[in-house]
Amino acid sequence: MQPLPPLAWSAPTTIDEVVAALAEGVPGEVRLHAGGTDLVPNLKRGVTSARRLIGLGRVAELQELVDGPADALGVGAAVTLDDLGRDPRVVARWPAVAEAARQVASPQLRRMATLGGNLCLDTRCRFYDQSAFWRGALGGCLKADGDACHVVPTGRKCVAACCADTPAPLIAAGAELELASVRGPRRVHVADFFAGDGARNHTLAPDELLVRVWLPAPAPGTRAGYQRLRRRGAIDFPLLTVAATVVVERDVVRAVTVVVGALGAVPRRLRGLDALAVGRPLDAAVRAAIAAAATRQCHPLDNLGDAAWRQAVVAPLVRRTLEALEPATAPDAASLR
Amino acid sequence: MKVSLEVNGAARAVDVDPWRRLLDVLREDLRLTGTKEGCGEGECGACTVLLDGAPVNACLVAAGQCHGRKVTTVEGLAGHADGGAVLHEVQAALLACGGAQCGICTPGIAVCASWIVDAEPIGADAGARARVRELLAGNICRCTGYQLIVDAVVEAAQARRAGEGEP
Repeated sequence: MQPLPPLAWSAPTTIDEVVAALAEGVPGEVRLHAGGTDLVPNLKRGVTSARRLIGLGRVAELQELVDGPADALGVGAAVTLDDLGRDPRVVARWPAVAEAARQVASPQLRRMATLGGNLCLDTRCRFYDQSAFWRGALGGCLKADGDACHVVPTGRKCVAACCADTPAPLIAAGAELELASVRGPRRVHVADFFAGDGARNHTLAPDELLVRVWLPAPAPGTRAGYQRLRRRGAIDFPLLTVAATVVVERDVVRAVTVVVGALGAVPRRLRGLDALAVGRPLDAAVRAAIAAAATRQCHPLDNLGDAAWRQAVVAPLVRRTLEALEPATAPDAASLR
Repeated sequence: MKVSLEVNGAARAVDVDPWRRLLDVLREDLRLTGTKEGCGEGECGACTVLLDGAPVNACLVAAGQCHGRKVTTVEGLAGHADGGAVLHEVQAALLACGGAQCGICTPGIAVCASWIVDAEPIGADAGARARVRELLAGNICRCTGYQLIVDAVVEAAQARRAGEGEP
């Protein structure tokens, strides 16, 4: 492990100051620093570079959860994953989001790592998450210091995977992101935030700050779940993530969303599920049909290793998620907390 | 940058690069060498300290993030009574149960375990061991297999409940 490079660090206290500092900074030299749990190891490995860091820990608005219009909940981007996973409103109404937050890494890291950092997590690949010396021996890759992909040797686009836990359940919940810059605010669905290039898999502009994640109130009858695959029971990044949101009315499925993550750069929302599930009870046959669709649509690459294992586990993980859905309680019931 | 922080109950001030690791501030500037460096990237938990009461990896915390905050290291776990040091329940239990081997992970485990005993409800039920294992998941020990460490934390939690008059 290399020592950290020298870095300038500042700690502004308002969103306006942060976006002004971003606008003044040279792209690629200035980075935001919240929990630091992804950024610091990446700086040490030399896979990320920065000259100047803007600490977000003193911007109060970024640390808060705020109630929004129409029973939405706004989660500040610097809310820790531990606080997110324990918040009674999140646990009651967005149980899959809370579960995903509780699955990340270790108790220590969850008390440092933030929701915004999880969404902006650097993509991962076994040819990239290595020391500069190791990567140099291969001549680099499409993501860093090279022009070849070692996962897909003929590929021209980086296939490093989005290995964060929260994107899949946030997409399944229909969450939106509130972004700020000196050019003004912007809102984008989490699903549209990501871009299909592992070298840079999100569309946050260099001068933009992720301010809040807006969780819309779940429709009556909503149930949600989250499961992930990993090598050890803790610490490890996921090798697959599955999030599902199902709306059930009078024992019949009205809507279904299943998102599978940690495949490539973008979490994959499964297509064609309405024809398999809507209008039917969510019974074993429907769950099996959705799981089979997942196997057809998801093809893990060797970016994280164990591609065959991950492929074999797609269907069981989707089935397990659909078997273990939890009710997303309506707001009036949640307010009894 | 001048950083004022409270370390083990005492006000301390250091003038350091804001990007200096809390781990180095503790070990080198404040000479509190109980906190150990293992992996240096947040995976092993050897450098666990409490920041405002919550366990964090001191190798990933910048000094600039600590201004005005409270840090507890392994040196701050023991209390004082009758003119002598009194071990924290988890330290006494780690000793009694033999929950240590080479010792590099032990300070981090003691700090994390003190947080578990102080802040997390660990009952006397069958799920207690599994819960302790979950909460200690960020502390890696390459010697022991964790059995005696988990024994110690469960015992410390029991000692705490007994001390508070609970059955």
